Order: sequence, then structure tokens, then C-alpha cells
Amino acid sequence: MSEHRIELTVNGRPHSARVEARMSLGEFLREELGYTGTHLACEHGVCGACTVSVDGVAMRSCLMLAVQADGADVGTVEGLAAADGTLHPVQQALRDNFGLQCGFCTPGIAITLTTVLTDNPRASEAEMEAAMSGHVCRCTGYQGIRRAIRQLAGHGAGEAA
Amino acid sequence: MNVQRSVGATRYVGQRTARKEDGRLLVGRGQFTDDVRLPGMLHVTYVRSAVARGRIVSIDTEAAREMPGVHAIYTQADLAALPVQMLSFFFAPIEAPVTLLADGRVACVGEPVAMVIAESRAQAEDAASLVEVTIEEEAPLVTIADARTGPLVHPGRDDNVAAEMGDEDALDAIQPLIDGAAHVVTQTVHHQRIAQSPMECRACVASPDGTGEMTVWMGCQSPHLAARYLSLALGLPAESIRVIAKDVGGGFGLKNIPWREEVAVVVAARLFGRPLKWIEDRFEALTASSHAREQEATLTAGFDAEGRLTAGWCDYACNNGAWPMGEDANIAVHMFMWPAYKLPAYGFITRGWYTNTMGLGAYRGPWAMETLLRETLLDKAARRLGISPVEIRRRNLVYLSDQPHTSTLGVEVNDITPGECLEKLVANVDIAGFRKEQKEARRQGRYLGLGFAAYIEPTGAAGTMAPMTGETAQLRIEPTGKVTAMLSTHSQGHGTATTMAQVIAEQLGVLYEDVSVFEGDSAIGAFGPGAAGSRQGVIAGGATWRASQLLAEKVKVVAAHLSNAGPDAVTISGGMVHVEGAPEMSRSLKEIAEIAYGEPGRLPEGMASGLEAQFRYQPPPVTMTSAAHCCMVEVDAETGFVKILRWISSEDCGTVINPGVVEGQIAGGLAQAIGQVLLEEMPYDARGNPLAATFKDYLMPAISDVPDFEYIHANTPAQTIGGMRGVGEGGAIIGPPTLVNAIADALSPFCEIEELTLPLTPARILDVIEQRDVSGTRDRANRDEAARARDEMAEAPPLASEVSAQGPQASIDGDWNMTLKAPMGGQSFLAHFEADGAELSGYLSAPDGRQDFSGGTFENGRMQFMVKVDNPMKVTLKYDLQAGADTITGKCKMGMFGTAKVTAVRV
Ligand code: FES
Ligand code: FES
Repeated sequence: MSEHRIELTVNGRPHSARVEARMSLGEFLREELGYTGTHLACEHGVCGACTVSVDGVAMRSCLMLAVQADGADVGTVEGLAAADGTLHPVQQALRDNFGLQCGFCTPGIAITLTTVLTDNPRASEAEMEAAMSGHVCRCTGYQGIRRAIRQLAGHGAGEAA
Repeated sequence: MNVQRSVGATRYVGQRTARKEDGRLLVGRGQFTDDVRLPGMLHVTYVRSAVARGRIVSIDTEAAREMPGVHAIYTQADLAALPVQMLSFFFAPIEAPVTLLADGRVACVGEPVAMVIAESRAQAEDAASLVEVTIEEEAPLVTIADARTGPLVHPGRDDNVAAEMGDEDALDAIQPLIDGAAHVVTQTVHHQRIAQSPMECRACVASPDGTGEMTVWMGCQSPHLAARYLSLALGLPAESIRVIAKDVGGGFGLKNIPWREEVAVVVAARLFGRPLKWIEDRFEALTASSHAREQEATLTAGFDAEGRLTAGWCDYACNNGAWPMGEDANIAVHMFMWPAYKLPAYGFITRGWYTNTMGLGAYRGPWAMETLLRETLLDKAARRLGISPVEIRRRNLVYLSDQPHTSTLGVEVNDITPGECLEKLVANVDIAGFRKEQKEARRQGRYLGLGFAAYIEPTGAAGTMAPMTGETAQLRIEPTGKVTAMLSTHSQGHGTATTMAQVIAEQLGVLYEDVSVFEGDSAIGAFGPGAAGSRQGVIAGGATWRASQLLAEKVKVVAAHLSNAGPDAVTISGGMVHVEGAPEMSRSLKEIAEIAYGEPGRLPEGMASGLEAQFRYQPPPVTMTSAAHCCMVEVDAETGFVKILRWISSEDCGTVINPGVVEGQIAGGLAQAIGQVLLEEMPYDARGNPLAATFKDYLMPAISDVPDFEYIHANTPAQTIGGMRGVGEGGAIIGPPTLVNAIADALSPFCEIEELTLPLTPARILDVIEQRDVSGTRDRANRDEAARARDEMAEAPPLASEVSAQGPQASIDGDWNMTLKAPMGGQSFLAHFEADGAELSGYLSAPDGRQDFSGGTFENGRMQFMVKVDNPMKVTLKYDLQAGADTITGKCKMGMFGTAKVTAVRV
């Protein structure tokens, strides 16, 4: 096994570590750094649960190696809310619209929608829904996720009191 | 919205209250099993069989043991040090000889053969790949058809029938009725195998805490049920096992009970003496977690000239695989096929078959086939008779005005509303407009379809099967005035902390924000089976409802005493306690609580200090939910693709605590239904290999496959505390026929879907449009048929050898302890026999009564007699036993409930 030293920031905090070359970024975030909000649900790049942002781009952390993230700025679900606990608009929209049930797929979905909106704060419903096509949710039937997208696109308010 | 309101309280029940669970799940602070890490914890991986059937010649672990980080490699020989009896969901012993790891033979691909314990999951996987398992491969039985004719899956059993109920002889009475009908319609469904696929795969962490204690974190549907299961399976005291499952990423029936891998982790942790963690990967989840559905069934129904049902017969078979989580012939399919319809006569034969495939587990609405068979048959019949799908249902449904109504199988219904749901649906959907559009579209070569379905569902079952019990709610108002609830509920996404907090806030008169709910831990609350059979809203909801009322009553008595008023003058709202006519006497709950805890001398004489209440709710045995759905589709005649245009649900789930949660349950079930009809399939090849090993092969519905669902809530409160009806499974039950009927309607200008084979892939839809075998489904069936015929000629299947006792006949007179092993649990009672020559009489006696019998026979040690039972249903039990000197063994035929094994020993 070959080990490599990497340095990266996660949610703005610097980390350095020695990692095996074969360790995925997702496993590294969870096992070595304790960011267990990132979930691994298929580990073969289909379900999107493991999505994190790497230098602002949504990446499947099960398909990316930790060593590839050397020097990168990584964002996980733990870093979305403001320091005072105020939810990110994407988190708030999911909450307002019953966009999650078991919550296992949710961190990846939240990250994907966040990166879409960071790239283009005026992203359309269709653009966000297209980005969602890379995510599998077994619980919700996507109803609340679609309503959350509408809320984020400025159409319709959340339904939860 | 038609929600039952209680008087005077702040409205929480019926509101789309934001979920309590989201606070942690949205920020990545949930606690799923893989998030648990303990000091000294090691990781487990399984070596699995790549062969479907055969004898294990050797398991060579030498090279694997040398790998870095490896601590131990266990086979069944090692785990056998701790005896385990695997049980079904009903806590009945599994009949197939299932062990935690393969014991000498393998019976399906994916069966766990050895277990590697290492420092990391990666190291365990490295080592597992070096364990060499040599298996003498035998030709496997893959399909139900194979099972009917092939050799025994489990040597030593009589045949490959895993479970059987119903009565083939009853066809003699039904057939003339069908033959005499004006119209006879038959529907055959080949239902594919489903992988339940919760997004969180199975997971287990077991920590042996000293000699007598054990803490287990497990992805399960009820920590209470998991703890009870483990204690029974391992023969340990229940209090020595604590199961924690704070967050679970979906269950859908798969996680009903711990299965081989989870139990093996618990056993290995005890043997090895260190905490162990097993996290299943998706490949294992798809190919080696229990599967669901795979069924073949034919329903035939007769109709009179007006389209009224006259008689029905169903032949049903399901693939149980090698090691089902309980042998199952799915009696519920037949029990719940007809109570919502006026059908004068019905009979069935239903069997579960062992094969060399992964075992059968539960999946949302395990009996859903009844709705699929019936509702697709009704639409076929409507087309045949030239009446509308709504009209054929109107002529046959049991409306409220027809109730109470008892089905031919003895199921009584007195508050079901499928007809009323249908009327509400019809009133809200412009059917005439759609038909016009459909006609117009057809002229342009576009094929639109409209499908309807109606159903009822038994929810909230309690008191008739071992694990299906009531639920307990324990509440207290803390000295801070805030409320803590300790509940037996469990959420794998159900949002029980939210809905239960809404009930408490409303019934107690406190703020929703001031209610904390604790659940998901077998040390919290009391026994309850969690999410199983759409029951938590009904039963835990009722328990919480009443416990809140009890606690409110105590607060009122205390406040009245402090204010020198009557308890009736006291109201609680928004966390404040008011006394009618004395606004100056208003106090916060906190003030009252401080007195109740800190100054008990100020409480009424004899009252216990503190503010606590507990209630265990035992609801009626079952609570019925009803619904009618419709959907509209467009089928592309060129490509066979189906686009769902609209989907409307009209459902009666009684009191709705939180419409956001209720609609979420329906939508999740409907999405799974869409997957089942159009996308998902776990196929096997002829060598018994499961072929969908990744999410690229197993097609899960994505956002683009699922339309926006529309809801009409047509709710009538149930006769339960709070009036809730279960809603967890309904979407997955009514969804498939709704969509199939819409597709069939769209295809009607071409042809009828003669036999329904799921999923309806584009190729299978082109089969109907082009009237040729585009998908190859027929070709495959023909080839299988031919291969089977060859096999049958080549070798006759080994038949069970009849056991016949020879030698002198021993006396059987006297008392015996007799045990009946039925699919839904065992039963023990006292049997008394008296033989007068060849004439046998006696009685069977249990705490709930005694049945006498006479007119039996006793010849050559063979005892045959019949006993009539009225409870819970009328049935004649036919015993056929063989007596030895001190033991009796044999079988009891229980009418449509199948056959039970009987053993008896002398008292
Ligand atoms: S876990 Fe990475 S895409 Fe599924
Ligand atoms: S919320 Fe459970 S998988 Fe999406």
C-alpha cells in the first residue's frame, strides 16, 4: 500500500493527513476526518448520495480518490448552514417542502443544488431538476424535492408550517 | 380536508408542521449505523458463495489469514459455538435448515460462507477475496417452474413446497359457478423479483459489554423487535441486549427482522469479545439481501350479464428462494382480495416454493398482488363487457351503505370507503374531457390512457400475531415545563417524532417546539414492532393521544387544587394553564411542574409527585384504509415508452396528523410502484446468478420518472383513539394496477395485454403494439418449457418416501402434550386420546377452551380425526398422525390455512 500526504480544506478548515492511494474521498471524509454527513449508498457512482463539492464543483466522493483532492477546497453538508445555525436556503427549502424522509440521500442532494445555485443564482427549475437526475431517493418519490426546487427558483413558497 | 378536531386546543393535528427529524438530518448530524465508531472496533466482511447450489468441499482460509490487519476468519463451524435458532417475523422457527454461515452446502449465490474480521473494511475485503471456497456445483433450481419438478432444494424435506394454504378440492364447488357465468375473465401476472433497495444498505455494530450485556446498533425497523428477536434467537435474556437505531436510511420491509449477516455479527462479537461493525455494500444489498415479490398468479372471475361478480378462483405461487425470512404462501393475498367487493364465492390454492435463489423478504405491501390481480382483471372485464372501469367498480364495490359486510373468506368490514373514495375521485377528475382528448389524440397517432384502481388495506394490526402488538407512550412534563416523550416508535423516514409531537402538543396544550421525542432505542418506551404493516400512526398515535390526555388531566387536577377551583374550569394552551373566570390564577406549566416535582406537599392529598403519564394502546385488531387512484399516461407507439401525465390519489386514511408526512408516504409508495411497473427487476440466469449487481443494472426510479402527484383527502376517522388509519404501504399496493390499467387503456386500440409480465419495459409494450415477440418474453418461456420437458424425461424427481411405522401398535390412550407448528407461529395444548379398537375419540384442551372429537380412526399406529374450530374463523382441522410409543408426529390440515406439523409427547 502506498501512502501519500495530502492537504486540503473542508468547509473552510484546513486538514492534513496521510492516506492510502486507494482510499476514496468519501471514505476519507467519513473515516479519517469524521464528516459522517456524507453518505455512501452505492459506492459506484450512480446514486449521488456521496456528492460533495470540490473547488465548487459537485463530485461523487465515492469515485474520487482522497489523493486527488490534495490542495482542494472541499464542501460537505456539515458546512452548508451558517455559523449561527441558520440553514442554507437549499436546506431550508428541503425542510419547508418535506423534501426528505430518511435523510440518507439528502446530503448529496443538498450539495448538488447548492453548487447549481452558486454557479447560477438564477438557475431555472428545469436546470435544477436536470441536476437532480443524478440522484436516487427511495423514500420521497421526489415530490418534496421538486417543490423545494420550485421554491428555490422563486416559484411557490414552502408548504411546512 | 376532513380532519377530526378536538375542541379548544391549538391546532397541530392536521397541520403541515415542519419535521423535527430534519434539524439533524439536513446538517449531516444524523446518526446512522455506519456513523457509530467504538474503541477497539473491528470490521467484518463476508465471503459469499458464487455458486447457486452444491456441496462445500473445502474452505481454505490460510492465505487470507496472512493478510495485514486480519484478526480472525470464522466459518459456520466456529459460529456454531453459540447456538442460534433463526426465526421469522412471527417469531416462528424458520423451517429451512438455515444457519448463519453456510453449513456444508450452499443453496444460493450470495449465501455467506465465511466471515473475515479485520482492522478496516478494506483490509477485510482484501482478505475475503483470498478465501478459497471449493464447491461441487449442482444444477440449481431458479424459477418456480423449476421448483415444481426439480430435485429438493433442502435435502430431507418432503418437497420444494415451502408453504401451502388453500384447498385445491374447493375448485370442484367454484368451477361450475365460473362455467355458468355470462362472462369469464382471466388475468395472469408474472411479477418480477424486486430488490427493496433502501438507500442505506444493511448495517450492524455489535458491542459485547461484559459477560451478560450487549449493545447493538442496527439498521432496523424497530429496535424493540430486533432486541426481542436477538434474545429469542440466541436464547439470551431480553434485558441483556439493547438495540439502538437512531437514524435508519429506509427499511421497506427488508429490515423487519435481523437476518443472517446481522445475527452473525452479534454472535461473532460475543465469541471474539470485541466490538464488530458490518456495513453491507450495494453489490451485496442487491444480490445478497433478501429479495421480494417474484410471483406467478392466475385469477379467474365470472361475471353475470350486467358485470356483477359471481365467483372467483386464484392459483398463486411465489418464489421463497432458498432461505426465506419465514416460509410464506402469502395467505393475505387471498384474505384481502375481495372484502371490498361483492363476490359470492371464492377459492384458491397458494404456495411458496423453495429455489436456489436469494430468500424472500418483505417489501412494502407484501400482499399487494391481490390488488394488482383484481384491479387489472376488472379493467379487462370492463373492456370485454363494454362498460367503463368506473361503472364495473360501482356495480361490485362494497359501499358504506352495504356495510357491515363479510367476505366469502370471513373478513368483516364495517367502515371501508373504497367506493366513496372512487366517487370523490370521479367528481374531481374530468373523465369526459379526457376521453375526448384521447379520441382526438388517437386520430393523430398518439395513445393516451386512463387507469383506475380501488383498494382497501388492513393497517394497524394488533393482537392477532406475536409481534403485532399495541404501543406504549410515556410522557412527562419536566420541571422546566417542557415535555419529554419516550415512545416505542421507529422512523426510517416516517417522521414519527414529528407526528407524535403534533399529537402531544395539541392534546396537552403545549407548544410543538416544547416537545422532545425520544425513540429508536429498545431501552426507550416498551415493546412495539415499529414500522411494519402501516401501524405507527394508528397505534402509537392513539397511545400518544390518550397519554397526553391523561397527563393533561393530572395538570388540571393540580392546577384546580392550587387555585381552589374545579378541574373542569382548567384549560391548558400554549404551555399556560388557565382557570376559567380567574385570569389572575393563570400559571405557566413550568410553575405547576416546579410544584409537582419540588413541593409535593402542595399537591392534592395522595397524589404522586411529578407530572408523568403512560398509556399502552391496544387498538381494534385491524383498522382499514381505503383509496381509489387514477392516472393518465401517453404511450409512444414507436418506442414503447410510457410517460405519466397525471396521477390523482383519493384516499381515506382517517385523521391526518400531518398532510406533508401522509402525502410523503403515499408518494414514496407510488414511486416504488412506478419502478415496479416500468423499471425495476432482479433477474437470474439459468445458473442461479442474480444479474442486477449495480444501480446501473437495477433501475431505480429517478426524478424524471415520477410525476407530481395530486391528492384528494377523503377522510373518515377510524374507530380508534384519534381516528388515524395506516398509510405507509398503500401507494405501493394501489400504484401498480393504476398504472398498468392506464397503459392497457392506451394500448386498447392495438390489443389486450394478454398476460401481464412485469416490468412493462418498452420492448414488452411493443409486444402488444406490434403483436410479435419483440421483448423475447414468449421465446424465453417456450425455451424454459422445452428444457423442463427434457429434464422431466431425463430424470424423475425424487419423491418423498412415505414414513410408515411398522410393528405392533402401541396404546395411545391418555394425555399428550401436543404442539402445532403453523406458518404464523406455534401452538401448544393438551391432547387426550381414547382408542376403542380402531375407533378414536378424545379432546384437545387449551386455556381458551376444549374441543371434543369422536369418529376418528386408529389403525397400524395411524390416527385420523377431525376437529371443528370456530375461533378466530370457522375451520375444520383434519389430523393425520403416526403414533410411536412415546411420541406422535404428523400433520394437520387447516382448511385454507394450509398444513401444520404436529408433534406430541406423553404427559
Ligand atoms: S455513493 Fe457515490 S454515487 Fe452512490
Ligand atoms: S429520503 Fe430516504 S432515500 Fe431520500
